Amino acid sequence: MRWSRIGAFAGLALAVVLAGALAGQAQRTGTLPQDVQSLIEAKGLTPDQVRAAIQTYVPPGKYDEYLMFSSAGQGGQVLVFGIPSMRLLRVIGVFAPEPWQGYGVGSEETETILGWRSKDPRLAWGDTHHPALSETNGEYDGKWLFINDKAGSRIAVIDLRDFATKQIVTNPNAVSNHGAVVSPNTEYVLEVTQYAGPFPFRHVPLTQENYNRHFRGLATFWKFDRTKGRIDVSKSFQIELPPYWQDLADFGKLESHGWAFWNSFNSERAIGGTLEKKPPIEIGASARDMDYLHIVNWKRAEELVAQGKYQVVNGMKVIRLKDAVEAGILYLAPEPKSPHGLDVAPRGDYIVVGGKLDPNVTVYSFRKIQEAIRNKAFSGRDDYGIPILKFDAVVAAQVKVGLGPLHTMFDDKGNGYTSLFLDSAVAKWTLGPPYNPPDRAWKLVQKLPVQYNIGHLTAVEGDTVKPGGKYLVALNKWSVDQYKNVGPLLPQNFQLIDISGDEMKLLSNTPIGIGEPHLAQIIRMDRVKSWEVYPVGTNPLTMRPDPNAVKAGQQRIVRQGRTVRVYMTAMRSHYVPDRVRVKRGDTVIFHITNIERTKDAIHGFAIDRHNVNLSLEPGKTETVVLKAERPGVYPFYCTEFCSALHLEMMGYLEIEP
Amino acid sequence: MKRETQRGGLRTVRRLLVAAALLVVSLAFPYWQLTLYAPQYPGGLRALVYLTHVAGDAQEISNLNHYIGMKALDDAAPLERALAAPLVLLFGVLAVLSGTLGGPWRWLLRLPLVLFPLGFFLDLSAWLWYYGHSMDPAAPIRLEPFMPVVLGRGVIAQFRTVATFHVGFFLSVLASALALYDLRGTQRKTVPVPAGGPVRSVEVAAR
Repeated sequence: MRWSRIGAFAGLALAVVLAGALAGQAQRTGTLPQDVQSLIEAKGLTPDQVRAAIQTYVPPGKYDEYLMFSSAGQGGQVLVFGIPSMRLLRVIGVFAPEPWQGYGVGSEETETILGWRSKDPRLAWGDTHHPALSETNGEYDGKWLFINDKAGSRIAVIDLRDFATKQIVTNPNAVSNHGAVVSPNTEYVLEVTQYAGPFPFRHVPLTQENYNRHFRGLATFWKFDRTKGRIDVSKSFQIELPPYWQDLADFGKLESHGWAFWNSFNSERAIGGTLEKKPPIEIGASARDMDYLHIVNWKRAEELVAQGKYQVVNGMKVIRLKDAVEAGILYLAPEPKSPHGLDVAPRGDYIVVGGKLDPNVTVYSFRKIQEAIRNKAFSGRDDYGIPILKFDAVVAAQVKVGLGPLHTMFDDKGNGYTSLFLDSAVAKWTLGPPYNPPDRAWKLVQKLPVQYNIGHLTAVEGDTVKPGGKYLVALNKWSVDQYKNVGPLLPQNFQLIDISGDEMKLLSNTPIGIGEPHLAQIIRMDRVKSWEVYPVGTNPLTMRPDPNAVKAGQQRIVRQGRTVRVYMTAMRSHYVPDRVRVKRGDTVIFHITNIERTKDAIHGFAIDRHNVNLSLEPGKTETVVLKAERPGVYPFYCTEFCSALHLEMMGYLEIEP
Repeated sequence: MKRETQRGGLRTVRRLLVAAALLVVSLAFPYWQLTLYAPQYPGGLRALVYLTHVAGDAQEISNLNHYIGMKALDDAAPLERALAAPLVLLFGVLAVLSGTLGGPWRWLLRLPLVLFPLGFFLDLSAWLWYYGHSMDPAAPIRLEPFMPVVLGRGVIAQFRTVATFHVGFFLSVLASALALYDLRGTQRKTVPVPAGGPVRSVEVAAR
């Protein structure tokens, strides 16, 4: 009796629980509340758009799944976005001053990085093109980011512990570059010249004869020292190349590890002369049907350098063209008419070249290339003696994807995605074996229109050995009608695309009004582990304790002859000292430490009517060197709203006549 | 009978050893915790008060306190903090010693250990009172002198505060209870023991 009653109660309880759960379920899966339905109708949204909105929505306080590092083009910066929300998280000053970060506006550390403390011309801008995240075993490791400046032939190193630029190296022998890519273990950052220049760089009258004889391209293998977090110029080397305009490059990986590839255009060596009624370069450089894929054995090149087979030109080890050919480290292969992008497939087995003026992506097989080299399957040599491999001997496939194919990224299901500039579309196509069986190999799957004139595209870890799939971003050059007109300078248009299913689906538009981004890379957020605050007294240039950092109680002003050193601390909401008196002609050196320990307790340090604004994140120590020139009493103040008494966080710099 | 009383004596010493050890171990744990909640500190700010130092977000709390002219947490109870470790050791030794002695020493020597948590509480309260009543009149934000919350909840400006005892304090209470329990226990147990027992504590009890 008792047991049966217990059983009855248990049954009743179970029924109640189940009913509750089912009711909850019904509420979750049932029709949307009326007000939500009305919202959708009022905006005239399609179910796909609603789906896209939900998919990309990241509620307040929640994080995105991925980070995207994008170049900002002639903005000279790097932009950091969250994906899928496409919210801008950070701007990183790289080649151009960025006052918010106190980058290149008075801090000795950042002006040293920018090269403004050297005798080189003071460049106030750069043209960032291709970010390259550091890799370990061919996967992003979230430690460093490299990016090139096309205009200054420079490469920058960004430390992802604090998302700040640490080093900029200038190529001593090149005046132009196109891209930075890293080898699978970040042994090297590869920088290939874009426009050929006289080698060694000097003035040579620009005639066709001189161009052919004295102009050269260069591939620079910058050695990266992980322990120091810096490029080591002394262990870097260059390979002299013919004066074609070398273009995008990629490192081999896995089975093609030890090799690197880049394409070229203007193998015609056109140099223009429009005023003299000669064809413009765009015509002259597009005359031939074929240009050259460059195939380079960098491991062998490394050995050559170790054997001393190089010349030192402007402090850089250079393997001469003749030696490179002799040692068998440089080969060419024909590629269709003025190609653009070059991307190595995840397993390192295929090299995909975007045709640009040819509607195909041409896919080269690394194995076939090796065979052709072994069998000396050459169709001849170019004017500089470099063997040219037979096209048919090295090509695995050509996939007709559409007009203006540029760049290719990959997903985790054996597909390639190629941007089609002229078609304004993204083409999805299948890779061959072993990614897909032969019957499904090398086939165009879908073309998704994008708005408009797509340049690069980027997929989640889509250029690594393990692509993540899921999302792709189209980096469109034109936005035309996509946004309210904000004047003739239109924003660029980033479009987020879902690539998780069989069909690509457009999810969202994001206007970029801060420069013209070229390439971007998307990394899983959990791979990036950055600092919340600096250890107190950290010099952001060395990322080590700054000898001039002071703690509370150690603040002081020291005069040594005409030099006045101010050892200052910043803390909510005051500077110690807050009164500094110097004489006209003195050199004033401020060493300022933010002694806060609290996340986001950032202070600025700006001096009125002076070109000084620091960003002092908690723990950071920076130095300002100032020549006291104009007598007066200048306020200095905190530019980062730090506290309720932020406005009171100031002091005076007296410059006595 | 004899054997039993011997065992009781050993137990006493052992128990007092444990009590002393607990008190020493409590040095490694915070005694008191003050948590401050405000919108801009989503995880809250915590000051962890040890016998010897203040940890957690004490620096940030002190920094905020300077707006109301309150002294830095680090400057509180300098003498107590300097003496804490040697005193704890001394109290422990005294307590253990008390287990082997007779007469008034039996409870007199363990009194410091027994009263330790109470002493901490009173000292903490005194310092909190002092901090709430010695605020710099030149501070940017002037508050009426107040008694900060020693235990429980309070509100200061935009901060909700929650003050609680922490592991160290509870260890010291446990130590105190052990020593107290023993004091009672030995009395009760030893009353019926006849004179002439070989162990000192038994002698004490017998008297």
